[in-house]
Amino acid sequence: MRQKGGKEMNITELTVHELQEKLKNKELTITDITKAYVDRIKEKENDVQAFITLLTEKAIEQAKDIQNRVEKGEIKGELAGIPIGIKDNMCTKGVKTTCGSKMLENFVAPYDATVVEKINDENMIDLGKLNMDEFAMGSSTEYSYFKKTKNPWNLNKVPGGSSGGSAAAVAAEIVPWALGSDTGGSIRQPSSFCGVVGLKPTYGLVSRYGLVAYASSLDQIGPITKDVKDAAILLNIIAGHDEKDTTSTDIPKVDYTKALKNDVKGLKIGIPKEFFGEGINEEVKVSIQKAIEKYKELGAEIEEFSLDIIQDVLASYYIIASAEASSNLGRFDGIRYTYRTPEFKNLKEIYKKSRSEAFGTEVKRRIILGTYVLSSGYYDAYYKKAQQVRTLVMNQFNKAFEKYDVILTPTSPTVAFNIGEKSNNPLEMYLADICTVSVNVAGLPGISIPCGVNQEGMPIGMQLIGNKFCEETILNAAYTFEQAIKFRENYKPE
Amino acid sequence: MSREDYEIVIGLEVHAELSTNTKIFCSCPTKFGAEPNTQTCPICMAMPGTLPVLNEKVVEYAVKAGLATNCEISRDSKNDRKNYFYPDLPKAYQISQFDKPLCENGYIEIDTENGKKKIGLTRIHIEEDAGKLNHDEFGGGSLVDLNRAGVPLIEIVSEPDIRSSEETEKYLRKLKSILEYIEVSDCKMQEGSLRADVNVSVRKKGDTKLGTRTEMKNMNSFRSITRAIEYEVDRQIDVIKDGGKIEQETLRWDEVSGKTFPMRDKEDAQDYRYFPDPDLVAIKLSEEYIQNIKESLPELPESRKQRYLEDYRLSEKDANLITSSKYLSDLFEEAIQVCNNPKAVNNWIISDISRILNETEMEPVEIPFDAKQLGKLVILIDKGTISSSIGKKVLTELFENPRNPEEIIKEKGWIQISDEGAIKEVVLKILEENPQSIADYKGGKDKALGFLVGQAMKETKGKANPQMLNKMFLEELNK
Repeated sequence: MRQKGGKEMNITELTVHELQEKLKNKELTITDITKAYVDRIKEKENDVQAFITLLTEKAIEQAKDIQNRVEKGEIKGELAGIPIGIKDNMCTKGVKTTCGSKMLENFVAPYDATVVEKINDENMIDLGKLNMDEFAMGSSTEYSYFKKTKNPWNLNKVPGGSSGGSAAAVAAEIVPWALGSDTGGSIRQPSSFCGVVGLKPTYGLVSRYGLVAYASSLDQIGPITKDVKDAAILLNIIAGHDEKDTTSTDIPKVDYTKALKNDVKGLKIGIPKEFFGEGINEEVKVSIQKAIEKYKELGAEIEEFSLDIIQDVLASYYIIASAEASSNLGRFDGIRYTYRTPEFKNLKEIYKKSRSEAFGTEVKRRIILGTYVLSSGYYDAYYKKAQQVRTLVMNQFNKAFEKYDVILTPTSPTVAFNIGEKSNNPLEMYLADICTVSVNVAGLPGISIPCGVNQEGMPIGMQLIGNKFCEETILNAAYTFEQAIKFRENYKPE
Repeated sequence: MSREDYEIVIGLEVHAELSTNTKIFCSCPTKFGAEPNTQTCPICMAMPGTLPVLNEKVVEYAVKAGLATNCEISRDSKNDRKNYFYPDLPKAYQISQFDKPLCENGYIEIDTENGKKKIGLTRIHIEEDAGKLNHDEFGGGSLVDLNRAGVPLIEIVSEPDIRSSEETEKYLRKLKSILEYIEVSDCKMQEGSLRADVNVSVRKKGDTKLGTRTEMKNMNSFRSITRAIEYEVDRQIDVIKDGGKIEQETLRWDEVSGKTFPMRDKEDAQDYRYFPDPDLVAIKLSEEYIQNIKESLPELPESRKQRYLEDYRLSEKDANLITSSKYLSDLFEEAIQVCNNPKAVNNWIISDISRILNETEMEPVEIPFDAKQLGKLVILIDKGTISSSIGKKVLTELFENPRNPEEIIKEKGWIQISDEGAIKEVVLKILEENPQSIADYKGGKDKALGFLVGQAMKETKGKANPQMLNKMFLEELNK
């Protein structure tokens, strides 16, 4: 494929809004795009290991069909024929949904998740289901039953997690964009590790119907993209009230791309000092400091403040998330669609052996923790207290948003760590979520965008937190910064 | 010490299936008796990723039940998860209500020998039913049928205010009739849409502390509940008399042996780990909503009973029986509309109809004929078209193959003979055949008249008009 000027065009380097432009100008066809991605997957997937299920063959057929229908004028839609990758915890009718677990190795959902329906309604092309930590529990994607996804910036490093497959696939340009899910940082942290953009929407903005639940009161689906504009485009598609999910909020539809004003003059940004203390890597601190300086240059007003409840958030998060998980994962019992132990003497053994054999260590750890904190005699000391902390967290954020439009923090205390470095040390792994969990606990929107690289060349992520349903504010703040530093033009994985 | 020295304390947890068209958290139908797993969807089968959406009708029905039983209605309620593993519970948790039920602090009044008695209701909450396991139809295993999974239930928890098996039955019948009147449950016990967990304990009379209780689960007939309570009370008293201690445990009543057996080991003592269901939002009810339901409540049995006592002069006992079932009560009122003879309709219901229901163990709602047919039957007797003994035969016919009573008597040739000539013929024939009876009568034995009338009825297969027969025999005998 050659561009008009004669310079070679690398399709998979383009963002989705760039692809849309080229489709509109007839510089590209839908089949060109899908073929380019299928070729790129052939070239890169062996190294990156981002997919659990690949749908490349079907994708090419689909692309031809959609191309045809677009030419005949049967379908319109600005995203028709754009490929996408979907995290393997969102149900897809007729295609396996494994959640990265042996338990659901052969589970084929009889229905589509609401977000998948929306993707299909746009005639987008699903390239496959992306790897993840088992049941979204983990921060490195090393807890997947199937494979370890590598960080495209350095194949010895983890991509982060749990949406590691989604973030790595976008960074490796084997999908133009992807859907992830975020319970305690599972979109933002891997996006930070892989140098891409990841948005966790406000709890209730995107329907959870068809997302295999980890922690129902925290889970939220969101986009992982090459740039902020793509994140806004994909959010336009997936956001909205769903009568199948009573926790989804009925608010007027917004065009998020219209929020991208490339202007932060007068924007009030709060910097919570607790996010810059012990445990935060020096290089990360320096990079975030530079970002803050950049925002000052761009005309934003910066102020430091205290969000001291943050010290208790991680404990509260792990109690609430594990409690809900222990109940949510009860249905994987060896009776219906799950793995069942081959030999058993009675019902109790079906339960015990199936669950012992098919759940991984981290999942078991959280089920046990969750079961413990909900048991009678301990409920008040743990679960109830954690909920009280949750209310305090919300209150502190509410207070902060009386003063600030955006709260700025690092996304993760470190850059991507080595494969195997933390997988046997759960507590250290939990600390990787320290910057992100409070956003889920408070139900707020948060976006991670790359703000620099460390000496090793690994990307560093910055997190912008907004008030409830203020996605427009953080998208604009992120976009303005992105336009100023042009990260993608300056840095790329090998 | 004998049984009389002990006081029996009973509390009930009654589960009633609500008669909504669809399930509590999805739109599957709730009809009873469909082919296994045909009334299911990804939600009630607990497929990964599915979410519940609360059926508003369920809240409405539960609030109706609460208002009809004098409960306070909570303005701010929620759903909780009750976690346990069993193959008929596909999510491994039941969505129920724990600490904030929809209705609290109500009562129901029953009639006892010592007058009216209030049985307190601790609470009424909404929850989902589980599926069913079919153990016997499949070699070497069990089959799960999830048609019932997600059918809405209310659980009505009483205070330990009940003191005997008779009071238990009265309480249950009253509760059942209330639920039928407000049309929130069809209360078909044999289909399991009304079932009770019975908690029984005993204590020495005068003790204020409750004894240790045992619980008998899922009882669904009045007869077994009565038998089970009697058995369990005796068993507990025997244990105490022998110096033993009652274990708090769940029991299974075995109908065949007439005994109770422990259901689970103690080591399996369940910790249900209740917590608020994060998939569902709080249930907030406005004053207006509750007021609207209050105003829409139909007339309740107690008020109908008062009306029957005053308007129709029924006895307390008859009025109780008829109002015990909404179906009987409706049948009574509608049949009166047809025949305008409350006394007669009352008699049919409390005697012959009740007897047949008892003999066939049929619920009133299963009565195959309608009020119009019953009313017609009364008219036919009132007009003298048939005798009341033929009437009984017509009723039997109505139970077997319900149709218009006029058709029945035509078809069967049961129309009463009221033709004077025809009756006279029979009278003369019987007198001729029974000279001895004539002599007896003339000798002062009045009984002989009855015998002669009986013979004439026999001769006419019950079709002769009895009043005319009587009159004509007297005329002939006194000639």
